[in-house]
Amino acid sequence: MTPTVVTLGATSPEVVACGADMFADAVAGQAVDVERVDWRPPMPGTEADLAAVATDPRRPEANRRAVEAMLGVTAHLVDVAPASEVLGLERGQFLHAGPPIAWEQASGPLRGALMGGAALEGLVDDPEDAVALFESGSSVSLEPCHHRSAVGPMAGVVTPSMWMWVLEDRATGRRTYCSLNEGLGKVLRYGAYNDEVLTRLRWMGDVLGPLLQAAVRGTAEASDITGILTQMLQMGDEAHNRNRAGTLMLVRDLSPAMVTSGFDAKDVADALRFVGGNDHFFLNLAMPACKLALDAGRDVPGSTMVVAMARNGTEFGIQVSGTGDQWFTGPAQVAEGLFLGDYGPDDANPDIGDSAITETAGIGGFAMATAPAIVRLVGGTVPDALATTRRMHEITLAENPRWSVPVLEFQGTPTGIDVTKVCRTGILPQINTGMAGAVAGVGQVGAGLVTPPAEIFPQALAALADAARAARA
Amino acid sequence: MKDHVELRSGAYADSVTLLQVSRAVQAAPGVVAAQVAMATGLNLEVLAGMGFDVPASSPNDMVVALRLDDDADVATALAAVDAALVPARPASGASEVAPPRTTGSALRRTGPDAVALVSVPGASATVEAMDAVEAGRDVMVFSDNVPVEEEVALKTYAASRGALVMGPDCGTAVIDGVGLGFANTTRPGRIGIVAASGTGCQQLLVLLHHAGAGIDGVGVRHALGVGGRDLSAAVGGLSTREALRRLDSDPDVDLVVVVSKPPAPEVAEALAKDAEALGTPVELGLLGRGQRDLTTVAEAVLARLGHEAPQWPVAGEDNTGAATGPLLRGLFVGGTLCDESMLMATEVLGPVRSNIPLSDDLGLDSTEPGDLLTDTHTMIDFGDDALTQGRAHPMIDPTLRNEQLARAAADPQTGVILLDLVLGHGAEPDPAAMLAPAIREARSARPVPVIVSLVGTDLDPQGLDAQRDALVAAGAEVHLSNAAATRRALQLLEGARA
Repeated sequence: MTPTVVTLGATSPEVVACGADMFADAVAGQAVDVERVDWRPPMPGTEADLAAVATDPRRPEANRRAVEAMLGVTAHLVDVAPASEVLGLERGQFLHAGPPIAWEQASGPLRGALMGGAALEGLVDDPEDAVALFESGSSVSLEPCHHRSAVGPMAGVVTPSMWMWVLEDRATGRRTYCSLNEGLGKVLRYGAYNDEVLTRLRWMGDVLGPLLQAAVRGTAEASDITGILTQMLQMGDEAHNRNRAGTLMLVRDLSPAMVTSGFDAKDVADALRFVGGNDHFFLNLAMPACKLALDAGRDVPGSTMVVAMARNGTEFGIQVSGTGDQWFTGPAQVAEGLFLGDYGPDDANPDIGDSAITETAGIGGFAMATAPAIVRLVGGTVPDALATTRRMHEITLAENPRWSVPVLEFQGTPTGIDVTKVCRTGILPQINTGMAGAVAGVGQVGAGLVTPPAEIFPQALAALADAARAARA
Repeated sequence: MKDHVELRSGAYADSVTLLQVSRAVQAAPGVVAAQVAMATGLNLEVLAGMGFDVPASSPNDMVVALRLDDDADVATALAAVDAALVPARPASGASEVAPPRTTGSALRRTGPDAVALVSVPGASATVEAMDAVEAGRDVMVFSDNVPVEEEVALKTYAASRGALVMGPDCGTAVIDGVGLGFANTTRPGRIGIVAASGTGCQQLLVLLHHAGAGIDGVGVRHALGVGGRDLSAAVGGLSTREALRRLDSDPDVDLVVVVSKPPAPEVAEALAKDAEALGTPVELGLLGRGQRDLTTVAEAVLARLGHEAPQWPVAGEDNTGAATGPLLRGLFVGGTLCDESMLMATEVLGPVRSNIPLSDDLGLDSTEPGDLLTDTHTMIDFGDDALTQGRAHPMIDPTLRNEQLARAAADPQTGVILLDLVLGHGAEPDPAAMLAPAIREARSARPVPVIVSLVGTDLDPQGLDAQRDALVAAGAEVHLSNAAATRRALQLLEGARA
């Protein structure tokens, strides 16, 4: 591929011009095709770090390796089991979404979900009593889901008795986990904790979890979740805010074994009705599938690929392949979008949840173009959706050949967010999200679009630049 | 008179575009002065110098500074600003494919042989150039002010990928007859040039074009700029080696010429060895004390190809008159032309002070144009990094040089003024229109002889004849050969001293 002579293109001469228009004009004036770069200055103060990272000799190969590792993963559904068993979670231990946080800094929805979780585990009789428990800090601990190979939607609270999806990368045996989706409205993950919420969670623990376990264990061919994602994207789901096709495909895979599981027919019917009636049910499989892929791209020295984006309702954090487990955090933003009922922007909590792992892997907001049915739900138009997906290609390292978008000529979704490209272009990752009420106990108030706080990308870039300089010295 | 100053955060346009915008707005009714610029340190100084009061800003802000007649309407003037800015920013609907935002993204949309041309500010140039090298493409980096360690890293990586990095600070390249950056239009031929010097390359292009009229093969097929620092000890000729390899393997190149500002001695030595090992003959034109000037190198190239050198053209000898003082002042936009003249002048006149001095003790503080006039022989390169920080190259923005021309002409010590004017793609559409009045004005104050090297061809978009005629009409003597121009200036000074 190395040119031996100098040429401007074998058939028609071509120049990519980045910078002064005058030079592009001069080239175009000589009957040469010119592709003009719409260059703008990078995020303020990032020039030196960008150059240090750009010239890090490890970077190109490191990013290639990280991307290849990520794209090489296929997630299979191998089990459903309680968090106490698969995560070793003990009484009093709580997982939550996003980067690490203490009760004192926790937002309303996270507090609400923790209070409900404490009641579910029997640590308190009344969720309201849990406030004192968490304030005291004794006999309870908080830890990010991400630190235990798990992801949690919205508040992401996981307690020992909750049942978890177990996904596995067959090639390496690595596993990731996510709780079962509770449906919409008053639900724990949005910070609601009333009796209705707790009753549903108990049914999920007593009936749904064991039944799904039996179904998964009783299905000869484990569901290929990555493959289902491929089909979903062709069927109008972007797999973050719309999972309708994915949910139905999962039901198709699991229902025969559910029916023959020996469980009470009414329980089976209730479970099928619950799953089939909840368009978001598959989200809790899309998320760990994305995490499984991204985890494979972790810890490649020199790689500038983002491997996690997550929010705890107070802070938005990212982790980057080349900087290990370090979180780069900034204040979480409030989404812009549409509100349920008479809720408004003042009712919404700042962005929360591990579900931005879908965007990190190249679906969700990054695959908006494939899901015209929901663009208005998240406050956009169809042309906006196409533009969003195209724009995300400007900040990503690769296209996922498996996840393609029919309306964009089957172009693969933009995959592998590159910290340097975000800093260079100022284009922030686009996230489709639900909005939780700011007050504990309220639940969902809307859905919309949000981006990370811009400053976390220069922070991550600075750490990458330091690492590059250290590697060179 | 009233001032209107506003900051526009998040707006960006390159310095060339903004210069054109400023010029357009200055012509609007009621506008006394206008400066639209990014808020870089240098631009803020310029604005302060003009008496504008600019609020606190970052270099990413655009400053719109207007001085208006008392009865002029601010809104009308701002409308003129907006109108002038519009062509630089074509509006794009959401449904259209958005333009690429990085060089890497643009390269994904082009064929495998597309070449990248990077001219963003120096602090961001390496990042864009790395995109090209990473994609295995050749790149020309016009930008200057790129740190040398970034240049070394970029070129070391390029060497491992077999990609050619032209630059940074590469003003000129010609590939398959297509000019990139500042390049003259020349008739195609079978000569390849490797140039660690933009204007040196342009000088060779125009001399060989002139000499090759009507002769088959005497013309330039490729001219590969490698950047002014490529033959320094730090960079060690990394791009020169790749460029030589490319030209050597091109069956349509019969002879290679290497042209450079004074190189590091050990790098020059290694280069001579590399050149000997090639199948294609190489003519080395490395400037330095005791070395040949570029015109002599062009003549040697012609001799190798079996042709005699022509008489290099000159016009306006009748204008010149005698030297008006003891000192030579060279005011150049081309760094290599400045170097060449300095080397020639030093042999005759002794030490010449400069912002790009031949030795450190002859250096001039190069950031303050007003301090560049000394009571010694001086040669200034207005294209030097320190004088282009935050503003356009003097081939586009002649303000600093024209100011200095007036100052030098007014100094009774000045005997002869030596100038260059470079034509070709990328240069102003009518540069003589800005230089000729400055020469006329200078000479009307004092009849100082003004000798100009006019580096251009009859195929250049500006039209060589018209440019030359304008300069001659303004009272200059005009040469095609910078060496000949320099010799003429020295001859006039000798006459004055005799």
